[in-house]
Amino acid sequence: MMIVAGQSQSAYFLEEEFPATERSHTLSVLVDNEPGVLARVVGLFSGRGYNIESLTVSEIEHSNHQSRITIVTTGRPPVISQIMHQLGRLIPVHKVINLTWAGDALERELALVKVAGKGEMRDEALRLAQAFNARIVDATLDSYVFEMTGAPADIDRFVGLMKECGLVELARTGLAALARGKMGI
Amino acid sequence: MTRQMTGAEMVIQALIDQGVDTIFGYPGGAVLPIFDELFQQEEVRHILVRHEQGAGHAAEGYARSTGKVGVALATSGPGATNMVTALTDALLDSIPMVCITGQVPTTLIGTDAFQEADTVGITRPCTKHNWLVRRIEDLPAILHEAFRIATTGRPGPVLVDIPKNIQFQTGTYENCKDKALTQYHPAVKAPDAAIREAVELMAAAKKPILYTGGGVINSGPKAVALLRDLVKMTGFPVTSTLMGLGAYPASGKNWLGMLGMHGTYEANLAMHDCDVMVCIGARFDDRITGRIDAFSPNSKKIHIDIDPSSINKNVVVDLPIVGDVGSVLEDMIAAWNARKPVQDKAAHAAWWRQIDGWRARKCLTYRHSAEAIMPQYAIERLFELTKGRDTYIATEVGQHQMWAAQYYHFDEPNRFMTSGGLGTMGYGLPAAIGTQLAHPGSLVIDIAGDASIQMNIQELSTAVQHNAPVKAFILNNQYMGMVRQWQQLLHGNRLSHSYVDSQPDFVRLAEAYGAVGIRCSKPADLDDAIEEMIRIDKPVLFDCHVVSLANCFPMIPSGKAHNEMLLGTDVSDVDIGTAIGAAGKVLV
Ligand SMILES: Cc1cc2nc3c(=O)[nH]c(=O)nc-3n(C[C@H](O)[C@H](O)[C@H](O)COP(=O)(O)OP(=O)(O)OC[C@H]3O[C@@H](n4cnc5c(N)ncnc54)[C@H](O)[C@@H]3O)c2cc1C
Ligand SMILES: Cc1ncc(C[n+]2csc(CCOP(=O)(O)OP(=O)(O)O)c2C)c(N)n1
Ligand SMILES: [Mg+2]
Repeated sequence: MMIVAGQSQSAYFLEEEFPATERSHTLSVLVDNEPGVLARVVGLFSGRGYNIESLTVSEIEHSNHQSRITIVTTGRPPVISQIMHQLGRLIPVHKVINLTWAGDALERELALVKVAGKGEMRDEALRLAQAFNARIVDATLDSYVFEMTGAPADIDRFVGLMKECGLVELARTGLAALARGKMGI
Repeated sequence: MTRQMTGAEMVIQALIDQGVDTIFGYPGGAVLPIFDELFQQEEVRHILVRHEQGAGHAAEGYARSTGKVGVALATSGPGATNMVTALTDALLDSIPMVCITGQVPTTLIGTDAFQEADTVGITRPCTKHNWLVRRIEDLPAILHEAFRIATTGRPGPVLVDIPKNIQFQTGTYENCKDKALTQYHPAVKAPDAAIREAVELMAAAKKPILYTGGGVINSGPKAVALLRDLVKMTGFPVTSTLMGLGAYPASGKNWLGMLGMHGTYEANLAMHDCDVMVCIGARFDDRITGRIDAFSPNSKKIHIDIDPSSINKNVVVDLPIVGDVGSVLEDMIAAWNARKPVQDKAAHAAWWRQIDGWRARKCLTYRHSAEAIMPQYAIERLFELTKGRDTYIATEVGQHQMWAAQYYHFDEPNRFMTSGGLGTMGYGLPAAIGTQLAHPGSLVIDIAGDASIQMNIQELSTAVQHNAPVKAFILNNQYMGMVRQWQQLLHGNRLSHSYVDSQPDFVRLAEAYGAVGIRCSKPADLDDAIEEMIRIDKPVLFDCHVVSLANCFPMIPSGKAHNEMLLGTDVSDVDIGTAIGAAGKVLV
């Protein structure tokens, strides 16, 4: 039998096949809010080499201790399916929904943005905040803290502008997301 | 019915209610209350091991050879960390196992208390699920849920970590065996539409193959019987992974042998050339597929698996069927009988002619020797001299493991205990002990390597103590043979640290443990020595000196396709040295 050295490609690098279709997906995961559940989810992502762009978690049903975890991750469709199935294997996970597949989901994030400065820049910051519907939640003679809620991309744009106006620091909540229409998870 | 009892009593009571008769464990401070309860009862037998890893593998061997769940018990801290390898092994091979560990009292958790380790944190990625019990009220339900989760769906290991104060506390015990604590309910039955579609594809197949795996054995005796019916009904050829050996009998006429990296020529070429592949309870592991882009390029693939994450993980399939093998095969056979398909007889005959052509290559042929024992010959003789008996085979990891898979032929499931997914050296001896304790009258042999056997050799003492007359049949080639073979393939035959230097005298080692040692180095003496080993009703270390530099063939070098296989009879050392390209070298 002929063996030709150095001709074969690796067997395992599936990734190269559909680079074009890699995009970000928002997953909504309903879980029992029990100790360690977040560690299970996060450990699954790090252990299997998936990336997390954003992750939020909070109890949404106090009576039966259920939380909703919203995760933004990127990948090609087969990887995203695999992530969803792996999440589904975790015992405390009730449901996994891909909001990106479900279509045009509502995605909102809250940011607190601190800027410091005087004069022109201070006025400019205030004007921009009004344009972006950001509220002032703290003010001193030489600083503001704005609160802004919106789609992550809008927050990105606002923050980008604030960099020019003396941005000091920033806190973002990560994504809260729901599908549109009457259907629930 | 509820009763008041302590947490430690609840552990024993739950074991009894779950029908557990044997557990494997090792004591320590954080499990003393449980050991005290064990002492005061007769229903559950505790097998004292010599290292917690041994307890874990013994539980795995017990589980795999019986189809029941294996139970292991260890103390906090080092006891729990010693269990990690066995838990990971059970996770990768889908072995049902319940591990109970002690923990420091709840009031001390987080204080770096004596023998405190974050056991649930450490074992989270190597269990199917785990719990730290925080309240005595939760203990009964968690214990029973642990058994349900370990044994249903895709089986796997679970761990219950019980702080010592909870073992002492009194609470209300209820046998909640049939109650679910969590929402975990894996789907068993597949949709009818998928079954019908599968039957259509199979009926029209011209070059079909059944690729079966450990899932058939996990599913149980019914699935095994149905697989055999399916083969009879369809006439399809069958191959299996390492983990599925025995589900279809090796003596059956449709058997092609194991597939994959060290599988047979006929199995791998049939996989490569087939037009319809039915994967039944196997997971397209990289040892099977080789190069993914060249894997069975022209087939329609049907995949039956209970775990949706196994499907499309490595190979994209045409028809996924999520369900239990037993249930799916039952429906499939019913659908086939209802449809009464007319198969393309001529195409099937041509396919079998092609397969017979591949079989004629006799890929397992090796060069015999009159002076030295060839390792393949040793396994062949072991098979011939034990096949009429009620025999169970365990293995360690390495060349000997592959030779066991190739030259020992299994006609029944649950007879082959091997570490497939994790490839854990040191698995075999404790797994053999677990198997022997479950099957006291049977012949249990650990086909071992000279390096692997030393990884859990201390368990020989367990075998002696508990009258488990296991036989460790060591293919002693003086090397970590599998490592040496890869160094020859990949690294210019520079045998870096793969020589097993300063070997113990295995015969005297056996005697030191109170077992029996046998040494054999001549082919002419081998049969008598094996017969003697079988006759001895005690644990035996059989030091079988085999040639040092034999390689394990056939072999698909990593990164290669199924039709780029190396065969033992026609490769030279030069071919071996150049068989793997640069891209293949980085693979394992
Ligand atoms: C040195 C070495 C060399 C090896 N070489 C080879 C080789 O040449 N060939 C080979 O085959 N292997 C080889 N292996 C083993 C290999 O690494 C894998 O462990 C093995 O191939 C996996 O077997 P499997 O696909 O049957 O899956 P398993 O690990 O047995 O998994 C079972 C699958 O069935 C599913 N399942 C479980 N229960 C059910 C149920 N009730 N119903 C439906 N589905 C179910 C599971 O979800 C899973 O997907 C080697 C190992 C070592 C250590
Ligand atoms: C715990 C562990 N460490 C290292 C390895 C890597 N490894 C795989 S096979 C092997 C050599 C096994 O040697 P031996 O038991 O003598 O078997 P042989 O291959 O010679 O038959 C090693 C070191 C492993 N599989 N498990
Ligand atoms: Mg060796």
